[in-house]
Amino acid sequence: MNDRPLFEYTLGLADDALVSAQRMGWWISRAPELEEDVAMANIGLDQVGQARSLLTYAGELEGEGRTEDDLAYLRDDREFRNVKLVERPMTDFGVAMARLLMFSTYQLHLYRALSAGSDATLSGIAAKAVKEVAYHVDHATHWVLRLGDGTDESHTRMQAALDAEWPYVDELFGSRAPSLAGRVVDPAELRDPALTDVRRVVGEATLTVPEVPTALGGGRQGLHTEHLGFLLAEMQHLHRSHPGATW
Amino acid sequence: MSTRDWPLWEVFVRARRGLSHVHSGSLHAPDAEMALRNARDLYTRRGEGVSIWVVRASDIEASTPDERDPFFDPAADKIYRHPTFYEVPEGVEHL
Repeated sequence: MNDRPLFEYTLGLADDALVSAQRMGWWISRAPELEEDVAMANIGLDQVGQARSLLTYAGELEGEGRTEDDLAYLRDDREFRNVKLVERPMTDFGVAMARLLMFSTYQLHLYRALSAGSDATLSGIAAKAVKEVAYHVDHATHWVLRLGDGTDESHTRMQAALDAEWPYVDELFGSRAPSLAGRVVDPAELRDPALTDVRRVVGEATLTVPEVPTALGGGRQGLHTEHLGFLLAEMQHLHRSHPGATW
Repeated sequence: MSTRDWPLWEVFVRARRGLSHVHSGSLHAPDAEMALRNARDLYTRRGEGVSIWVVRASDIEASTPDERDPFFDPAADKIYRHPTFYEVPEGVEHL
């Protein structure tokens, strides 16, 4: 099978999940409480699971015999197709929850639509992921509400987090390749329903949707921030140093 | 975020329909809704449950080890409280 446009599309979904998972994993031992360590690790592992299925399928679509591990561990940053939203450092808990709210809400709409789509493999992967992602939305929503509508300090920091992440939301809703029309979900069509959901939470949390310019996209074309290289170095070094290592 | 403000919650999980909720452990959470979610992540990761209760630990009134003797010992020598104490008379069918 060699289906380049669908390969690129699937790789985009896979890399979003994989890179986001790596950032979530950073929080293990660093979250405000042990319970939150576990919650964030669980969410990250759900995303790894989605990434694995999607990467395996991408490898089949490419038709060059690359496995999920080849794609995860042996590509350089210019070959990754994730959006910039998920690759930037995420060392503030408010930022982590703001980003998770945006990303998981997008994923929820995407996977719901894909699960009813015509591609049987994507539909199967999406149907499993919908329940996982619904929980991620729930988790992020509860934290954004508590921090936004909490103390003066938590409100200020949550608003700052929202301001920092908002410029990167737009890239999630970039249109799929024209040749894929009718075959896959067009993220551009998810923009209004997904952002309506996010805005509802933001409003309920007494926060304001910021008026900020959209950041430069390009992630789907392999143009990334400098941060992705460092993330991949950490994620890939074991596999690259010890090819085929298992435990 | 001050962790001192997060109270302790006791978690009760029902393994499946028809069984009772059984105490599974405890956790910290800022409020009941988050306690439920933390309990889901900590105690039902491997499909252990279909229902969760969380109770603020401070809301539980528990018997103390000091009270053990007056609380429980008096029951020990009252063997007539057990059904096996009584002999069933011959010929009684519906007892």
